[in-house]
Amino acid sequence: MAEFLLAAAGFVLAMVALGLVRILRGPAIADRIMAAQLLGTGGIATLLLIAPATGMAATTDVALSLALLAAFASVAFVQGTSGPDDPEATEGR
Amino acid sequence: MSLALDILSVLAISAGAFFFLAGTVGLLRFPDALTRLHALTKADNLGLGLVVLGLLPRADGALGALKLIVVWLLVLVAGATVSQLIARVAQRAGPAP
Repeated sequence: MAEFLLAAAGFVLAMVALGLVRILRGPAIADRIMAAQLLGTGGIATLLLIAPATGMAATTDVALSLALLAAFASVAFVQGTSGPDDPEATEGR
Repeated sequence: MSLALDILSVLAISAGAFFFLAGTVGLLRFPDALTRLHALTKADNLGLGLVVLGLLPRADGALGALKLIVVWLLVLVAGATVSQLIARVAQRAGPAP
């Protein structure tokens, strides 16, 4: 079973790495952050799969913090790109 | 019983990995930003959800299983929020298809 879990982790990681081609090709900045978001989710899935395969339970905690950080990264991106014409950007000020 | 749980794990994790494959292919092949976002959210929510479902029988104790579910719920909430925000940025950048 551990071999299957590790193989699944490797497969998910390979898929996510392939998705990073979208960062190179673009064209819009939104497409690039989408690939980064897929990297975050795929990384979480990989860490969750590795945890029972290797018996290191702390890996699940790493996945938990990655879930938190991936969300913050995307929100920071949107905050950085929202211009003065964005009604919701000025609402809270 | 143990064999049945193993089969459930293998099936659910394989299905989850398939959704990651579909998400990547969609991200690379779909023509515009909003359809790519559609493909991405499937990988986010269903792919990770099925992986977590497959890992639940192997979690150590109720607390470990709860932690797995919390990771998934956090990703669900974050994914729902972030996909709305990304869609808004994509729509402002170009005309709606």
